[in-house]
Amino acid sequence: MLDVRGLRKVYEGSGRRTEAVRDLTFTVEAGELVCLVGPSGCGKTTLLKCMSGLLAPTSGEVTLGGRKVDGPPPGMAFVFQEYGRSLFPWMRVGANVELPLKQKKGLGAARRKELVADALESVGLADAAGAYPWQLSGGMQQRVAIARALAYEPDVLLMDEPFAAVDAQTRADLEDLVRRLWQERSMTVLFVTHDIDEAVYLGERVIVLSKSPTVVQEQLKVDLPRERDQLTTRVTPRFAELRTHVYEQIQAAKRGAVAAPGAGEEAEVAKAVGTAGGVPVDVRKDMPPLR
Amino acid sequence: MKGSAPDRTGSSAWRRLLRQLVLVFALPVVLVAVWWVTSAGSQDVYWPPLRTIVEAFWEVWTAERWTGDVLPSVLRLAAGVALAAVVGVALGTVIGSYRRVRAVCEPVLEFLRAVPPPVLVPVIMLFAGIGDTMKIVVIASGCVWPILLNTVEGVRAVDSVMSETARSYGITGVARLRRLVLPSASPQIFAGLRQALSIGIILMVISEMFAASNGLGFTIVQFQRSFAIPDMWTGILLLGLLGFALSVLFRLAERRVLAWYHGLRDATRGSS
Repeated sequence: MLDVRGLRKVYEGSGRRTEAVRDLTFTVEAGELVCLVGPSGCGKTTLLKCMSGLLAPTSGEVTLGGRKVDGPPPGMAFVFQEYGRSLFPWMRVGANVELPLKQKKGLGAARRKELVADALESVGLADAAGAYPWQLSGGMQQRVAIARALAYEPDVLLMDEPFAAVDAQTRADLEDLVRRLWQERSMTVLFVTHDIDEAVYLGERVIVLSKSPTVVQEQLKVDLPRERDQLTTRVTPRFAELRTHVYEQIQAAKRGAVAAPGAGEEAEVAKAVGTAGGVPVDVRKDMPPLR
Repeated sequence: MKGSAPDRTGSSAWRRLLRQLVLVFALPVVLVAVWWVTSAGSQDVYWPPLRTIVEAFWEVWTAERWTGDVLPSVLRLAAGVALAAVVGVALGTVIGSYRRVRAVCEPVLEFLRAVPPPVLVPVIMLFAGIGDTMKIVVIASGCVWPILLNTVEGVRAVDSVMSETARSYGITGVARLRRLVLPSASPQIFAGLRQALSIGIILMVISEMFAASNGLGFTIVQFQRSFAIPDMWTGILLLGLLGFALSVLFRLAERRVLAWYHGLRDATRGSS
């Protein structure tokens, strides 16, 4: 569905070369909810912008449904972290949600209205269509941004740390909203976050990124039940194991090493890493079975 | 734009309006009173009592003068500012959107802006004759700068996240201009228009002092040359009142068009 192959991005400017993303390869299957998590400043946003066609990669490619992404593809919607700067303050909520639809060909006014009403209903803001975004709270504004993405009827929804700027309680509600919408609408969702708990709670799969220049540190299947709940899911032993594991991976990523998940395996890993002619060999270990 | 101010401000709106009116009129009332008292016994020909000026006002500004002098002036002003707005916003949008164009244009713009429009009157007269066209061009040539420069700044300052949002949803070209760039730059554009309006009034008067047969500027100069000093003063008063009325009208229009902007500003101020 959504393929990232050998993606590399180097920023060049004022005599400085910054390699933000080194070599990323992963796939998101149709209908999957994948969370990307990595240490802060690890090039998550760069990656997402390359994937959405907002930024051209230095090398490598992104394909969506087999077609190369070289500009924002029509089947993709983007939810930004900065909701306050992503909604247009001169338009009411309804108009904000409707605006992208006006660019889609073959959508009549009646159909557009239907999509807008339905999307706002889905995020629980059916009454807010006539308000201006700045009259709403932060969490509600981000709901509007999500509604705008939903009304667009995308195949893939990209979310760039969408809840990083809202308070914890709102955040929990919004997480459940994303889970629910994903289930209801059978979309493919790629959710970027720096919050480990959020990644594990939301994702069907978690991709752990290394620090910048970014490579995939690890991919991890989240085998939590499909129905999740803020209270019960978060206290299950399995959730704790998964989050601990991701946490260790992130810590290892920060150090720039391959993770050693358990004390018993540490020696093994150390041996395996070893050196070859004085040059450290990068040994990528598969995810070990969790206890 | 439908609807009015948000409900939460509805109850205190009238009281606020009243207070604002008092604040607006307090100083003018004091100044007029001072003028009235100090000029009351004046024997100076050039400095007649305000009482005399006010009495002359109603005799000078007859219906005939309103349609024959005031209206043509106001129409020229409106045409000049409108022309400047169209040219300024259009050029400003192009210059603000492309860095290369900006680099090429900036020195030329700085030069042209530095030339005071009144000295252009004789030049413009050569090309545009001595009729209304000349006067409108003179007004526009002075008004265009604040509009142009403010538009450039406004267009340049379009938020990067909004810009990316528009791109990711395929909002490009004319739609981007209409839905993103111009609304986003509108507060700056209005700031430019406001400056343009006051420059426009000055240039309206000046342009009518050259080769004119009617208009406020023409009439005031005529009074001055025929030593009808109180009449001249009434013209000056009328110009002041006209400027005041136009700025009130402008502010009303701005309040309506930029309602979102003021709301947004109040909202962000309240939360931080």
